[in-house]
Amino acid sequence: MKTIYLDNNATTQVLPSVAEAMLPYFTQKYGNASSMYPMAAEAHHAMEDARAKVAALIGAAYPDEIIFTSCATESDNTAIFSAVRSFPQKKHIITSKVEHPAVMHPYKFLESQGYKVDYIGVDAQGRFDMAQYKAALDANTALVSVMWANSETGTVFPIAEIAALAKQHGALFHTDAVQVIGKMPINVQEAQIDMLSLSGHKFHAPKGVGALYVKRGTRFTEFMMGGHQEKGRRGGTENIPYIVGLGVAAELAQKRVTDGSLERMAALRDKLQNGLLSSIADTKLNGDPENRVPNTVNISFGYVEGEAILMHLNEYGICASSGSACTSGSLEPSHVLRAMGVDFKFAHGSVRFSLSEFTTEEEVDKVLEVMPVIIENLRKISPFSRMK
Amino acid sequence: MWDYTDKVMEHFRHPRNVGAIENADATGQVGSLVCGDALKLTLKINKETEVIEDAKFETFGCASAIASSSVLTEMIKGKTLTEAAKITNQDIADELGSLPAEKMHCSVMGMEALEAAIESYRQGGKPVVFEQESENIVCHCFNVSEEAIIKAIRTNHLTTVEDVTYFTKAGGACGRCKGEIQKILDKVNSCAVPQPTSAEEKPFADLTIVEKIKRIEKVLEEDVRPQLNMDGGNVELIDVSGTVVKVRLLGMCSGCLAADATLKGFIEKTLKEKLDPSITIERA
Repeated sequence: MKTIYLDNNATTQVLPSVAEAMLPYFTQKYGNASSMYPMAAEAHHAMEDARAKVAALIGAAYPDEIIFTSCATESDNTAIFSAVRSFPQKKHIITSKVEHPAVMHPYKFLESQGYKVDYIGVDAQGRFDMAQYKAALDANTALVSVMWANSETGTVFPIAEIAALAKQHGALFHTDAVQVIGKMPINVQEAQIDMLSLSGHKFHAPKGVGALYVKRGTRFTEFMMGGHQEKGRRGGTENIPYIVGLGVAAELAQKRVTDGSLERMAALRDKLQNGLLSSIADTKLNGDPENRVPNTVNISFGYVEGEAILMHLNEYGICASSGSACTSGSLEPSHVLRAMGVDFKFAHGSVRFSLSEFTTEEEVDKVLEVMPVIIENLRKISPFSRMK
Repeated sequence: MWDYTDKVMEHFRHPRNVGAIENADATGQVGSLVCGDALKLTLKINKETEVIEDAKFETFGCASAIASSSVLTEMIKGKTLTEAAKITNQDIADELGSLPAEKMHCSVMGMEALEAAIESYRQGGKPVVFEQESENIVCHCFNVSEEAIIKAIRTNHLTTVEDVTYFTKAGGACGRCKGEIQKILDKVNSCAVPQPTSAEEKPFADLTIVEKIKRIEKVLEEDVRPQLNMDGGNVELIDVSGTVVKVRLLGMCSGCLAADATLKGFIEKTLKEKLDPSITIERA
């Protein structure tokens, strides 16, 4: 059975060209970038080449604004703890209610250390509450950290506007941009961003490599303390093969943003969305239909449970995700959907399909063919569907 | 990805005895839309021998919830009520090969629905919604009582807070009750007789949203829906805010000219009587 992979917000396939570019750096060009011989210089140059490509992808002014990390969780932790350590007199942080655990958990920790954290809410379509945000900002705000796009619903926040307000109040601005890389054009300078986290495996680089953009002139305190690598900003021997992979993937992602791939992806996503909403009763689109990354659609199917839907999709080789409590280690449905006020009837039955540029129309058609049957069968055995 | 046994997947793909028995001799229910899983079990029972002649289920939930319900109906058919009452959640899990630790609460749900169904038969067939035996609620997110936690610890020889969460869901959401669960574990496992902690009756308005919904659903299911169903109607709980309960009338009720009378004169009156006089009903 052929796999139909529609879970690209979870992770992506490493592209063969990316894997191929990495290989020589394992067995042949394995030098430590800090050492003093030609093989080390080779590694060093490959790393700097990758740095320039990642900088270009996000519109950074200088390559040295990019710090390589092990993943976006490390980037997020680094940015948050750098902000609070660099401005120890400020004890206030602003974020949103729908962030990834990689920023939520550091905030919970900081709250236990006496910080005040404001979690800005979202409306029913997942849109950022700008009024609440404006009211929360003050001179004591050390950091505003808001994700660029939501991983579950794909909703894109107005980051330039949010960042500009943070700057006016003298706060640092950080964004977790994991879900927008390669899905829309972004420019850190235009958006006045101080720090930005990204993750390689969300855009066809391997797992285990990420980056943190830190704008020149931003006060910074390192998180991983160690050697002088990354200009003293991140200790630890540089992971050259993975950094090379990240560079190649960044170059490809940048091309994709302008070559029509996004429009094609959005058209397929819309076909999937409209097909599911029109062929199945009691469904609900989760997220902002206007401002959304082009690859993501999140739909709730009332009266059924998400994990059961995924298990049936597995029978057809279709890979997707759910915000259902049963698919996570926790027993609560998605905090994102609950923050949007999605009621329980719909919260447990949400399914997220996230496409890639390799998704085909046949794959979308297959989902459209099998989903109505799956939902009908599950509703047949649900005690709630008879209510209708 | 959960490690489901072949038997779990087989029952999930091809559930046995799906549906509801007409004029059932017993109806047991547990769970709700809020919790993410719910099971309704209906039984046909021979009045002479008390043998369960037929069993059907309807389940809202994940693969292991569906499989647990399905296998339970097979296990109890042909058994007397006395024999069936001895089935534990571990028996259900064993029958399925095993369940992932995090999913053991699905088997507990089966056992609770069966308990409720047996109670229903004793009450002459009136539907019974499984209820924690005491008001002594430890986990307010999932409405789990101290008794239920003690029972799970004893039946399944649990030793950690994590285990208790897997079996009862208690502590699985906000986690505030984890300290209390640890104390219960310490008490039970050191064989001390558990002392019930403060068991005051909270006013309806002070309950958490989940507790409110559970209590309202129980009244709707036991006292309201049977009446509406007779006229081909139904009611769906939409939201609760303070003591304002928002519902939608369904089926024949939705277009009925007497809809307002049904809402105020029947549903609101019943909720006021059973739960709190300050409850008001709004139509969604």
